[in-house]
Order: sequence, then C-alpha cells, then structure tokens
Amino acid sequence: MSARLLKNVNFKLITNSRLYSSDVRKCTLIPGDGIGPEISAAVQKIFATATVPIEWESVDVTPVKGPDGKFGIPQAAIDSVNKNKIGLKGPLMTPVGKGHRSLNLALRKEFNLYANVRPCRSLEGFKTLYDQVNVVTIRENTEGEYSGIEHEIVDGVVQSIKLITEEASRRVAEFAFKYTIENNRKKVTAVHKANIMRMSDGLFLRCCREMAEKYKEVKFEEKYLDTVCLNMVQDPTQYDVLVMPNLYGDILSDMCAGLVGGLGLTPSGNIGLNGALFESVHGTAPDIANQDKANPTALLLSAVMMLRYMQLNKHADLIERACFDTIKEAKYLTGDLGGKAKCSEFTNEICSKIIAAS
Amino acid sequence: MSLISRNISKILFQPCQITAARCIHSNVPPQNAAKSESTEREGNRIKCTLIPGDGVGPELVASVQALFKASGVPVDFESYFFSEVNPTLSANLEDVASSIERNRVCLKGILASPDFGYLGELQTLNMKLRNALDLYANVVHVKSLPGVKRRHDNIDCVIIREQTEGEYSALEHESVKGVVECLKIVTAKKSQRIAKFAFDYATKNKRKKVTAVHKANIMKLGDGLFLRSCEEMAKLYPTIEFEKMIVDNCTMQMVSNPQQFDVMVTPNLYGNIVDNLASGLVGGAGVVAGASYSANCVVFEPGARHTFSEAVGKSVANPTAMMLCAAKLLNHVNLPLYGQMIRDAVNKVLSDGKVRTKDLGGQSSTQEYTFAVIANLKPPQPLKSKC
Repeated sequence: MSARLLKNVNFKLITNSRLYSSDVRKCTLIPGDGIGPEISAAVQKIFATATVPIEWESVDVTPVKGPDGKFGIPQAAIDSVNKNKIGLKGPLMTPVGKGHRSLNLALRKEFNLYANVRPCRSLEGFKTLYDQVNVVTIRENTEGEYSGIEHEIVDGVVQSIKLITEEASRRVAEFAFKYTIENNRKKVTAVHKANIMRMSDGLFLRCCREMAEKYKEVKFEEKYLDTVCLNMVQDPTQYDVLVMPNLYGDILSDMCAGLVGGLGLTPSGNIGLNGALFESVHGTAPDIANQDKANPTALLLSAVMMLRYMQLNKHADLIERACFDTIKEAKYLTGDLGGKAKCSEFTNEICSKIIAAS
Repeated sequence: MSLISRNISKILFQPCQITAARCIHSNVPPQNAAKSESTEREGNRIKCTLIPGDGVGPELVASVQALFKASGVPVDFESYFFSEVNPTLSANLEDVASSIERNRVCLKGILASPDFGYLGELQTLNMKLRNALDLYANVVHVKSLPGVKRRHDNIDCVIIREQTEGEYSALEHESVKGVVECLKIVTAKKSQRIAKFAFDYATKNKRKKVTAVHKANIMKLGDGLFLRSCEEMAKLYPTIEFEKMIVDNCTMQMVSNPQQFDVMVTPNLYGNIVDNLASGLVGGAGVVAGASYSANCVVFEPGARHTFSEAVGKSVANPTAMMLCAAKLLNHVNLPLYGQMIRDAVNKVLSDGKVRTKDLGGQSSTQEYTFAVIANLKPPQPLKSKC
C-alpha cells in the first residue's frame, strides 16, 4: 500500500501537472450481464454525486475467440485491469457447457487474486433472524479443493486433489492479519479441519500460527470448521475475522451472507498481486433485468470497499452512510428487501442523502 | 375386554417388552416392576457395546446408565475405554470392533481427534473404527425440540452422510517441501450405496423429498460422480422428489429457510458441515442424536461431534443428545416401549423448561437434569395406536 502511495507521489513530482486537484484515478468497470448494467449505472451515478475522484473505464468481457481457438476474456479488458490495477465488476453469467471456462475463474487466474474478502454485517432496518452479525471472511482463492486437478483412476473411482502450499497459505494468512489491523478489528480465527486432514490443513494452520507470532497485537484463535458452523448460527458475535482455505471459505462466506439477508447485501473484494477486483457475488437475475427492479446494494458496498482500498476513506464513509440510512429508513426499498421502490428511486434517495451530507 | 386379551397375546409374542407392558397393566411404578422382572429373565437381555468417548462423554454416559437403571431397561453394556488422545490406556481397535460386530449395537460418545497423529499416522481412530466396521451411513435427524426456543422452529430434516471416503480418506503427501496434496476419493460404488440408503430411508420413513448436496460445478469429476449416482438412484424411486443443491447455497438456505429441507444426502465433508449447522439451529451439540449404520451393525452417537472437553468434570454438559441416542438404540433393538418412555420423559422435561442445562439457558447441572428426566419416566400408552 505504502509503495503504491510512494509511486503516486513520484508520479506527481515528475509530471508536476496537478498540484491542487486531488489525483483522479482510473478504474476499470465490468458492468456484467443481466441486472449488471443497471446496478453499475446506479453506482456510477452515486459516485458522480459524491464527486469521487475516479474515472471509470468501462470494458466488455464477453468472451472472444482467441488466437489459440479457445474462448477467453478480450485482451482489452485484461490490459485495462492490468493498467489501472483496480476494478469493479457486476455479476457475470457463466453459460453451462459453452466450452469456455468460468469468466470469474479466468479473471481470478489472470490477476492472481489470491484473497477473497467478504464482510458480512447486519443492516439496520432490514430485519433477519440474526442481528449484530459483523464478521469478515477471508478465503484463500487460488488453490485448495478448487485446484481443479481431478482424474478417474479406474472406472468408478475418482480422486480430486486438494492442493495446499506454504506460499499461498502464508500469503493469505499475512493478508488476514494486515486486514485486521488496517480495519481496526481485534481477532483472527483460523478455520481448519486439521484433525482430519492432518498434513494439508495442518500446513495451513502452521502458516497462520507463524503469522500470529509476527502480529502479536492481534488476537488469534483456531477453530475446527464444524465448530464454527455450529457456533455461527447460535452466536455469530463471537467471531470477527475468519481466515480459511478455499472450500471452507466458499461455504462459510455464503452462510454468513445468509445470516444477514442474502448475497444481495454483501460486498466482496478480491485482492491480488496484480491489483484488486471488487464485485457483487449475486447472480445475474435475468428474470428482472431491464425492469428497474434490481437492488444495487451489494455492488455499491463493494465499490465502497474499493474506495477504502484506494484510501479514499472520506468518500467511502459518506456513501456507505447514505446507503445504510436509506435502508434503515425503509422508505425506498427494492423488492428483494420487501419494499416496492424501483432501483432508480433507491439510487436517487442515496444521492439526495449524499448531497444533504456534503 | 377382547381388546385387552388381544393385546396380551401380542405382548406374549414380544418377550422383550414384557416388563414395560406389565407396568401398563399394573399400578406398580416402572422402576420396581422392571427390576424384579429383569432378575427373572436374564436370557432376554440385550448386550450393547459402550464407548464413553473423550471430553464429557463419560459424564453423559453415566446419565444414560442411571436412566437405564431407573427405567429397568434390559440392556447390558459392554464398556470399552477407547480414545485417541490417551493411546496408552485405550482398548484395541480389534477388540472394540469385534465387540460391536458381535453385539450389533453400540452406544458411543465422541472421540477427540488430535491434530497430529500418534506415531505420525494420518488416519484418526474414528476413521479406523468406521472403516473396520464399514459404518458408511451417518444419519442425523435434526428436529426442533419442544420448549427449546431458537431462532427457527419447525425444523425437521434428516442428514445422511457418506462417511467412509471423500475428504476423510487420510491420503496426504508432501510432494515437495511446502506443497501438500490431499486426495479426496469418490467411488461410484459407495456413492450409489449411500444414495440408495437415502432413498430407502426416505421411503421407509414416509418422507417426501431427497436433496443431494454437492459442489459438482467446481469438482466436476469427484462430486459429479456422486451427483450422477444420486440422479440415477432417484429414477428408481419415482414417488420421492429429488432435488440437488450446491453446498454453499445449501448452507445459505439452511440459515435462512431451514424448513424447506427434508432428507439430505451428502458426501463426507459437506455432511459434517450441514450436520453441525443444522444442530446449531435447533439448540446445539447437546441435543441432537445421530447414528452410523453399516450393513450389520449400528453405532449410536450424538449428531454433532464435539467432545466439549472444556467442561469436563463441571457437570454442565447437556445429556439430551445421548439420551435420545439411547432411545433410538432401544427402538432399534425392538424395545420401542422403553424408547418411547425415555423420549417422552426428555420431551416433558424440556417443554416444562424448569430444569435446563447451561447450553439451553438454564443453570442446572447434568445430574439435576438426569434426575428430572428419571422423575418424569412414565410408562407410555402405545397400545392405543396398535389396536
């Protein structure tokens, strides 16, 4: 982070062009499919209202046939993210059986997005059975059960390989501790199943312990996956930041989203070596596309996460507050939250709150 | 009158149940009647292997034994100390396995699995026992209990978990330093077996729907094979609705709308997750009973496997799960009247809500709870329904 700041400073010194205006930075925007374009437009509108110093660079990721004959992400999109190092992405549809890989997976590979961060927080004004949920799940995103190495040894016997490496485990563990400190959180819980998978999860756990040793100011505990599942539904307040391998993270992050009201309300960020990609993880909802009915909250909160990542905390707080207040007042809620408002009304209300506050 | 005589003739054909049935027709409290009866009819007693397990297991088992004694259940326990965290005192795996094979039933507490193997082994003792007896199907019936107020109510689902392969195969190796491969094995044979078990269970228990939990979108071969086996099996049971669900979506649905689930069939690890999640919804590890089946024998053990070792010796653990296991065991060995008696007593104590252990918001000790259940033992009136 600091390195990036330094780079900016250097850049400024050399060009010496913008002395007084804050640096406008470019962000790649992948609107996505289905309801994606609508909610992306809503986010753009809200950002414009809040005068966030960001310039959007919208790219299309509809798969194109590459020189090798395989379908993949267009090179322009890859270049854009590589250049800007930061992106926001709406939901993408992965057509089943069309012969190309999941685009989400391709993007993840392309930008080395090794950590998936999913904060889950109960929203005031939207009542679920669980309140005061405030957990962050950090998931290793590149290996583990999703390494994709599988083979049928003999007919009817399949072995899937779960791959755990020291490097990736240490990287995600370090990220978890850093995240905890940067976001003023208290505790990291490593979720594992090392009593069953003694070597693989054992390795992951060992890396977490090493990092705990390094970041002594953060409280560290280790819990079995099943214990976390059991306790999470009984008393979610006992957890803070959770760090875990791929599959467990996949399951737990969706479960936590379930606690606070579904994927329509939870943001997600993917942190990588070559940049970061923030996204909404809900589906494309083709049944309500182009009807002005979609809820842009997840994408908006992901965009807020992105602002925090870019250290534009003031703008992030402003937008987040306006969004939470709008949901709390419950006057303009979209259909999925039990309201009747349209996406544009919800967006306008947030905009008017931003104008009032700034 | 004719009703009664018919009943009596029925009872005579079920010698094991004589004691309980006598209680119904006399005013003698069940305890005494059963006791005098049991001394006479030594031959009809049932033997059952008992593994107290680690953590609070021994305390919970003591509760069950007190309960059995008080209700005069004609079951004798063959107790084994079996533990991975205390390997020097532990009984041999062979002895325990042969005892269970002989008795065909076992009541088992939870065995703690340490994070490191004794002598560097990768298999845990639990796995070894399951493999030795081929206990392939774990069945956990998660049901909201009367008087236990939780966020969700009316939950009633059965989770059937394959537990001899999958992630729990203990095949791991470090190819180069810092890179570990862990094999997950899925076979067509075992997948078909568990799928058939699930559909048979659904048929026998008059359930409507079977949900297969998988992650075949990512693990296309492994979970794909499991899913395909379930789909094929579903075709043979046209009266039962079949549905498939990806595991992450399943956990999300479980915490927001658990009532939609009926019977669920899962591979090993997902079953572990869903078991615990569902148990958490109805009151925690202390109240959910489970059972593991092989073709020949059954091991009854709590549904969510936690040793609760921090509570050892404090008498705060909730013995409900173990008591319900015992009730299931009695049903299984054809002593349904005793089973019903225990289940009724537990339900009565829970719905009265006066005596509660800490996990359910009370302050009573394990012993007080056990005594309360014993005090509420009443001979059931099942003959009504049978006439």
